[in-house]
Amino acid sequence: MSALHERSPGGDPPRVEPARLAAALREILPGHSVLTGDEAIAPFECDGLSAYRQRPAAVVLPETVDQVQALLRRMSALGVPVVTRGAGTGLSGGALPLAEAVLLVMTRFDRILSVDPANRCAIVQPGVTNAAISEAVRTHGLYYAPDPSSQIACSIGGNVAENAGGVHCLKYGLTVNNVRSLEIVTVDGERLRLGSAALDGPGFDLTALLTGSEGMLGVITEVTVDLLPLPPGRRVLLAAFDSVRAAGDAVATIIAAGIVPAGLEMMDAPAIRAAEAFCQAGYPEDAAAMLLCELDGVEDDVIEEASRVRRILESHGARDLREAVDEAEQVRLWQGRKSAFPAVGRIAPDYYCMDGTIPRREIARVLEGIDELAAKHGLAVANVFHAGDGNLHPLILYDVSRPGDLEKAERLGGEILELCVKAGGTITGEHGVGKEKIDQMCVQFSPQELAAFHGIKAAFDPRGLLNPGKAVPTLARCAELGGMHVHGGALPHPELERF
Amino acid sequence: MDEAVERLAATIRDAADSGRPLAIRGAGSKDFLGHPVAADTLSTADLRGIVAYEPSELVVTVRAGTPLAEVEAALAGEGQMLAFEPPRLAPESTIGGALAAGLSGPARPFRGAARDFVLGCRVLDGRGRQLVFGGQVMKNVAGYDVSRLLTGSMGCLAVLLEVSLKVLPRPATDLSVALECSEDEAIDTMCRLGGRALPLSAAAWADGVLRLRLSGARAAVAAARTVIGGETTDAAYWEAVRDQRTGNFLSSLPLWRVSVPAATPPLDLPGSPLIDWGGAQRWIATEAEAEVVRAAAGAAGGHATRYRGGDPRVPAFHPLPEPLLALHRRLKAALDPAGILNPGRLYASL
Repeated sequence: MSALHERSPGGDPPRVEPARLAAALREILPGHSVLTGDEAIAPFECDGLSAYRQRPAAVVLPETVDQVQALLRRMSALGVPVVTRGAGTGLSGGALPLAEAVLLVMTRFDRILSVDPANRCAIVQPGVTNAAISEAVRTHGLYYAPDPSSQIACSIGGNVAENAGGVHCLKYGLTVNNVRSLEIVTVDGERLRLGSAALDGPGFDLTALLTGSEGMLGVITEVTVDLLPLPPGRRVLLAAFDSVRAAGDAVATIIAAGIVPAGLEMMDAPAIRAAEAFCQAGYPEDAAAMLLCELDGVEDDVIEEASRVRRILESHGARDLREAVDEAEQVRLWQGRKSAFPAVGRIAPDYYCMDGTIPRREIARVLEGIDELAAKHGLAVANVFHAGDGNLHPLILYDVSRPGDLEKAERLGGEILELCVKAGGTITGEHGVGKEKIDQMCVQFSPQELAAFHGIKAAFDPRGLLNPGKAVPTLARCAELGGMHVHGGALPHPELERF
Repeated sequence: MDEAVERLAATIRDAADSGRPLAIRGAGSKDFLGHPVAADTLSTADLRGIVAYEPSELVVTVRAGTPLAEVEAALAGEGQMLAFEPPRLAPESTIGGALAAGLSGPARPFRGAARDFVLGCRVLDGRGRQLVFGGQVMKNVAGYDVSRLLTGSMGCLAVLLEVSLKVLPRPATDLSVALECSEDEAIDTMCRLGGRALPLSAAAWADGVLRLRLSGARAAVAAARTVIGGETTDAAYWEAVRDQRTGNFLSSLPLWRVSVPAATPPLDLPGSPLIDWGGAQRWIATEAEAEVVRAAAGAAGGHATRYRGGDPRVPAFHPLPEPLLALHRRLKAALDPAGILNPGRLYASL
């Protein structure tokens, strides 16, 4: 889908002969850790954003940190770029391979190294899945809070690289708020500890900087995660509304009342109907919008909060107000929301998931704006989103077999993200920029801000060998795209030469 | 760009051109922290006021030179708070200074640190260019997380102009209890209770007394109170710990901030610590050699800051391994190529 070729800041690296590259890899890694040849590498040609596909020069699956260090030293010496991949569930093409690069797959780092209940942390290898951490510490009455919807498959290393979110971010934060320390290997093969075993580390907060850096700054080889006590009480409420605006106002009132729900999710009519058809969660199919509100914590707190939330929802005209009576019903109510993506996948041949975040007060206005843009492009959009933190996931429905549809979907997606930026928001709340949203970075950031990002990148990786062409666009790319993003007749980057 | 920012930018550009360093200063209430910077002062005092505050968004945007007291008063008016409880070392301590130093109060292990509440910032880099990172929304993963990188960077990378912070509702009720016990018992109790689903919001020990603060709905706090036992005590203690005006903070001896995993047994150092953060932050007033303090912290997997006083030739912050320090230098060079912003305040070579 990407029409423009992205050059790394240091210029194109020299291409290494495939046979020479394979020989170099086999010198430093055992045979079973090196995959070459189309058949072996085909499964790695895309991540969760499958519209983008590219086969890498080779795939490697090392098993020790020593091997990762040796690999990076050797690739640096050869000038071969390296793209790191976890479980490959990312939705922005962050782990999309490059033809001339080695794809470094970290899934064999799959051990939980230690669980420390007294210090409420666990040290895990990057390939451990998100859900496996909570599973392993449950006997201690603890869990790991961030829960992206892919949590049974996605790896913690990938979660850190993307700063993954989930449905509980408003109360418990994103990955960055739940990771204490990292071990990374730099592009030169140097092994570094970021942060410490304590709650903070000396010097700059590089743990925060690495989190969400999309594989551009280093390879994550170990993660120390924070663990929280499992909340003993939980309530899930469902409320149907006759308008998106009423639902949006109810969200704002809940927050303003001093309640921080564990989850506060909204779905619009197309999403409700798709989810109900898919898994019969008992959703109100005639509603214009629906809210799911989860409260958790100490039992007495939760009871009190649930009755306050009930009153607020009613005062905003909620109907079909229901509270799950037991855990089974809680699971059923969540099931519809959690399967909204596959459900939408059944009502349209293809869909394209966006990830903008906006201030909550703009929810109704932005949803109306999305409707207008969708109508303009002749496409339908279903909305499921984390209303509590303003993180929208518009799902653009299209049919890739219909000529021009994919391009229309991409254009609509870009315009939706620009609408989010104009509303005071951001182009990505939790999925990352990757390859997908790299052009919208030109809208969100000035050339000087992008230059600062390039400076940070160069401090870690001066030759641009780690995941080149992702996350941060070159200034030249933004200038080339300038024509696409002219607002009010003003060119976005007048100081740059036009090509 | 408004006038105050334009003046600061011009000063920075001149400094960068002439290679003359600048010492960034808010209210100066943390002048003692880190190494003094022999340079002209760049004051953020003119950057004052709340830019935007919408309680239902749980976000406040504030100019860096605004006193913490002013921000907290505005939040309190809406039943909200800065959940990381930054220390107010002077009445005029600023929000910019609080974030540049990255200090957090007693609630830190339960609610998060300063960096956890930073959503975005507007800064001037070492070339005097105005840059904006992050935003005013809860979730934002576009671009590197420069806002959090700057938190705790002691002004060595950029000058904060404006910050957006996540705020939280104040709990319905707070209740503090005190139990007499030894340091060993206190560490054990704090770690044990911290792993349970109790509405804890602070846990500290000093002079043979363990103090715990419970925050939340009335019923939940009352229920937890019966689990924990002890005597009800004055909640004002937490303000004194937060603002560093009790116990070891008043000592005339050099004061060390030792950050270790919470369950670390009592450190083998002279003097009785004031233990905060449920065991994870230990304030030690001691004449012990820096190497001794740092060895004890390091052996536990933590680090030690010579927080106040002591031998000025001793590095204030825990020394970094050379490859990590080199990375710090390259990051500084990226944002402050002339090396004029608070040089040496954090580490001699930064």
